[in-house]
Amino acid sequence: MTKGLNPSTTTRRPDRAALFIAAVLAAIAGLIFWDVSRLAGAAGYSQVGPTTVPYAIACCLAGLSVWTVFEALRNDFPERERQEFGPVFWIVAGLVAQMLLLNVAGFSIATGILFALTARGFGKRKLWFSLPVGIALCFAVWVIFAKLLQLSLPAGPLERLFF
Amino acid sequence: MATFDFLLQGLWVAAQPMNLLYALIGVTLGTAVGVLPGIGPALTVALLLPVTYRLDPAGSLIMFAGIYYGGMYGGSTTSILLNTPGESASIVTALEGNKMARAGRGGPALATAAIGSFVAGLIATLGLAFIAPYIVKLALVFGPREYFALMVLAFVTVSSAFGDSTLRGLTALFVGLALSVVGIDQLTGQTRLSFGVPELLDGIEVTTLAVAMFAIGETLFIAAQGDKGPDKVEAVRGSVWMSKLDWARSWKPWLRGTFIGFPIGAMPAGGAEIGTFLSYATEKRLAKHPEEFGNGAIEGVAGPEAANNASAAGTLVPLLTLGLPTTATAAIMLAGFQQYGLQPGPLLFATNPQLVWGLIASLLIANFMLLVLNLPLIGLWVKLLTIPKPWLYAGILLFATLGTIGANPSVYELGMLLAFGLLGYAMRMFGYPIAPVVVGLILGPLAEQQLRRALAISQGDVSVLFTSPIAAVLLVIAAAALIVPLILRARGRGQVLAQLAANED
Repeated sequence: MTKGLNPSTTTRRPDRAALFIAAVLAAIAGLIFWDVSRLAGAAGYSQVGPTTVPYAIACCLAGLSVWTVFEALRNDFPERERQEFGPVFWIVAGLVAQMLLLNVAGFSIATGILFALTARGFGKRKLWFSLPVGIALCFAVWVIFAKLLQLSLPAGPLERLFF
Repeated sequence: MATFDFLLQGLWVAAQPMNLLYALIGVTLGTAVGVLPGIGPALTVALLLPVTYRLDPAGSLIMFAGIYYGGMYGGSTTSILLNTPGESASIVTALEGNKMARAGRGGPALATAAIGSFVAGLIATLGLAFIAPYIVKLALVFGPREYFALMVLAFVTVSSAFGDSTLRGLTALFVGLALSVVGIDQLTGQTRLSFGVPELLDGIEVTTLAVAMFAIGETLFIAAQGDKGPDKVEAVRGSVWMSKLDWARSWKPWLRGTFIGFPIGAMPAGGAEIGTFLSYATEKRLAKHPEEFGNGAIEGVAGPEAANNASAAGTLVPLLTLGLPTTATAAIMLAGFQQYGLQPGPLLFATNPQLVWGLIASLLIANFMLLVLNLPLIGLWVKLLTIPKPWLYAGILLFATLGTIGANPSVYELGMLLAFGLLGYAMRMFGYPIAPVVVGLILGPLAEQQLRRALAISQGDVSVLFTSPIAAVLLVIAAAALIVPLILRARGRGQVLAQLAANED
């Protein structure tokens, strides 16, 4: 997967992104500690209760966070390829649109928009073409899965027009 | 030979028309998925899990196993013709296979891959059938502490023994374990890490996580690489049939590949790719013309392809007999069993022999189907490679979200899908492996249950975990699997391990 054609700049500064990851790991560990400490009273007489394993996981995550800091300071993380965020935004926009429209516009329209925006992210710019194609394809999928395989896919105006 | 009786019974179950149909659907889908670059068998099984809620357990498990085998076959086609392996177990095949295709010998390369996969699949599936009863007997003496030690071993091997960094492997594993804690505790009914959100009480859906990480994460990652120009598909020129010389050069690597791949798959060491690398190295050392390696040696295709199919069958040994998944695909198949309230393990062989032996027998049948599907119909699969990327990935996201919506049509579930998709993308960007997250989420609760049982029996005395000889040996192996790679990497010998990365499976 990593066919590094244009590796990013080779600086010797501490890896900021890796430091950020370490902070996130520490935050997750803290979150587990905070949430599970609430349960401590409920553990009862037994030493092993619902809190034992979460505490162990949180300790390990905290340890891994420290380890990540060391690797970040030593620049041990692999070179990252340059990422193009434009296409990522198109696809995420498609997923968000589908999520918000699903129960309003139905499966075909919402997923058709996701289809067209994903294709847009990969370079198919003609939305006037890919959007109808996507909606038609999703409608066919809806018919197969909702009608023949009885999967509960939300119906919208388009689906109600036919069924 | 009770195994024969069971296998015959299994064949009878597998030969039911409906089960044959499921096997056929499975292998066809599996091959298609294996051929398509970017989606692997783990993702396909995850996508189909919600769709198969209404099917009977035997049928859908037969279908999943067919997908697994089919994916292993199909992956070779992409490697040989496109030089982009469809799944990581086919990386080695690309080394020699693509060279052969460029030299106009793509046909024999595909043929030796398909026939080698068939031979390996056949021998390894029979191996599975004959070994399984012995492991089941062994597993009956396992108590909670032995199971816990076994799971620790699986955690270590999946996350840190291979791949390019112990730190990143372990981090991925513990992210998965942290996610597995979310929801209601199985033993006391306490809610943990759900922050008063009712949707979190049920925990995190394995299928949502797997689909998000594999499908959405991968799509975002590929999209972010930008346009690198079209990939070149090598046309299949000449006959797909192998010459006498090709046969003579292929049959030994097939057998050697099988005997390398099967034990490696069967050990809780995770990943089919390790066997393929070992097989490639073996063939290179034993070859009469080692100078051909790197320029399209047929042995370098035959051996690794046999090894990867044999280890796919091998992975089913710990999955069926111990309930222990060692690859991402096996982990999701375990979720498939759980969806029907079945727990793979020694008990399943006693309580549901028809299902287990039907599944094993159907693998033999699926293997024959795959040979037929792959040799004469190879042209059809090659066509799949010509689907333009935008439509391919738009379609992948369509089906990825379809599975999730089908299971639970809520905005909340799609939000989880998006969030984990972004997590998967970020993890790929920083070189974190994905499989340990999925394995951690699935095995985490099981390991916790066994640990707490063991500690409850000993009234909190931790030393009990190390005092059983079996558990102690397993934990020592696990510790070695954690420490030895660390030392190797520290001494700059890490490249070998990085090549063996158990990435997707």
